[in-house]
Amino acid sequence: MITKENYKVNSKGYYGKFGGAYVPEMLLPNILELQENYLEITSRPSFKKEFDYLLKDYVGRPTPLYLAQRMSEKYQAQIFLKREDLCHTGAHKVNNTIGQILLAKALHKKKIIAETGAGQHGVATATVCALMGMECIIYMGAVDMVRQRPNVERMKILGAEIRAAESGSKTLKDATNEAMRHWINNPTDTHYIIGSVVGPHPYPDLVARFQSVISEEIKYQLTEQIGKDHPDMVIACVGGGSNAAGAFYHYLDRPEVQLIAAEAAGLGIDNKKSAATTFLGTEGVLHGSKTLLMQTADGQVTEPYSISAGLDYPGIGPIHAHLFDSGRAHFCAVTDEEAMHAGIDLSRLEGIIPAIETAHAISALDKIEVKDKVVVINVSGRGDKDLDTYITWGKY
Amino acid sequence: MNRIDEVFSKKKKGVLNIYFTAGYPKIDDTLRIARALEAAGVDLIEIGIPYSDPIADGPTIQDSSQKALDAGMSLKLLMKQLQDLRKYVKIPVILMGYINPVLQYGFTKFCQDCKGVGIDGVILPDLPMQEYVEMYQQTFEEHGIYNIFLMTPQTSEKRVFQINEASKGFIYMVSSASITGAKQEVSQAQIDYFERIQKMNLSVQRLIGFGISNKETFDNACQYASGAIIGSAFINQLNKDDSDEAITSFVGSIINP
Repeated sequence: MITKENYKVNSKGYYGKFGGAYVPEMLLPNILELQENYLEITSRPSFKKEFDYLLKDYVGRPTPLYLAQRMSEKYQAQIFLKREDLCHTGAHKVNNTIGQILLAKALHKKKIIAETGAGQHGVATATVCALMGMECIIYMGAVDMVRQRPNVERMKILGAEIRAAESGSKTLKDATNEAMRHWINNPTDTHYIIGSVVGPHPYPDLVARFQSVISEEIKYQLTEQIGKDHPDMVIACVGGGSNAAGAFYHYLDRPEVQLIAAEAAGLGIDNKKSAATTFLGTEGVLHGSKTLLMQTADGQVTEPYSISAGLDYPGIGPIHAHLFDSGRAHFCAVTDEEAMHAGIDLSRLEGIIPAIETAHAISALDKIEVKDKVVVINVSGRGDKDLDTYITWGKY
Repeated sequence: MNRIDEVFSKKKKGVLNIYFTAGYPKIDDTLRIARALEAAGVDLIEIGIPYSDPIADGPTIQDSSQKALDAGMSLKLLMKQLQDLRKYVKIPVILMGYINPVLQYGFTKFCQDCKGVGIDGVILPDLPMQEYVEMYQQTFEEHGIYNIFLMTPQTSEKRVFQINEASKGFIYMVSSASITGAKQEVSQAQIDYFERIQKMNLSVQRLIGFGISNKETFDNACQYASGAIIGSAFINQLNKDDSDEAITSFVGSIINP
């Protein structure tokens, strides 16, 4: 019998054999402070009240659960789109940053740091810092800053300071390293808002809880629309895996719901240019947790590749490593080309231009049997930020 | 007797531990630099295992790690380079690295090979104490390898005692809230921290590291602990001049009165 407890983090911070808090002693007091306080603070009625209020009136929740008619006809299924792309700032990321900045305030922190890859989490962090009047420093890989210039400017407009990560491969993993180093150097007054279900315990659980609002809404919205609270299948894309964790969360203990995770295969899993961690990764420790990651035989972290900057991460959240390892979720690998076509497909069939991350989840419809099923796809973000990538790709 | 204990049984003050990155500046330099350091009079040697994502390290050590990796350095090659270590080097040698390369190498094999080549201790900053005690301590001990823990100004008193309990050899006392290579004056807050720990009368020796770069900072640290560790400043020296003579004079500038 599968129970939810099997998929929830245990008291030591593990999901099965994955997770934990593999951090140097310099970071440990900060991590212990979070471990010892996050559950108590986030369950305070005053915290919940402010979180719910901001999600409703600032973010614009609940986001619609939309029955995609033409898409459903094409696949002979009932396909619902969970419209996280309609959140303020254009993606689900803000659910987490709202939660974490309230937590930072409760812990009397004065400054916020964050890492960002494509810039979506950076923008969502800069946004809530502006909202709360807190100082904000965002680390971003120097290479990503060039690729994602509009988001760099958005963060600056919002008042954040952007610091280029010049170490290593100068992308998301290095921005994460730099943010951790900054936190080591500034341990007392600073909170680090991690953007995905990665990092040392309690971050994966913390972020999953803040994102779980997605599946909480799906449950009652489905009940209203089809008279039952669960679909046959939930599909979401996975880089680190925060939108997937949120969309899966309340169905983890419901074996009748199939969980489908779409990873970025880049140029293909047989090619070295890929980011499909469950296909190409092995067990190891990355950014403070034991998980699956892409690495050399010598244990050096390798640089992933995906057309989608948001999925371009060499690891995966420990919760997903466990969902993969236990067989609870089915993982599929979607190439750049397949994702781009799926993005155009959704645009033409439903008038929704998805983020390229999301387009990977759409493409999963072609890889699994969905006929006659009730399917929920988490539309994690909108495609505005990816217009240049669509234009450069050009096949539309 | 573990060579680390031997050093502390003979020398209570002014113990000098120098760090350098394996395979740096040139891939075959590891053993040469270890020998030069011993000849120059250092008491312990710490060899860094290069890693792609060293989050506790500043730019100097990051850069040396990356260059060593680019040149083809790996943990496997390091063990090979250290095959003849004990033909030439008598003082304690400690490996410092991050947990991931060690896990990929195979933890038990790592301990076996450490013992085989004559490594005395290991510093893995991102191996938490809880995991160490539950999963790794026994294997370390079976092979006679000391696991060295870190403490920082933010480490709680309760935890300092736990670290003391779990430690063998020495405790690596991080001088301030920082990554490696941060240059700074010794502040009153640091002195307060050094004195606070001194008063706790821990059973395990302490070496102070991070921000120790010259004779002045070394002597200062030695007032509050058995000795100190120099890392980034030595890498900077190697960047300027890595000859045996330069190493001798660098070490001399710290330990000679």
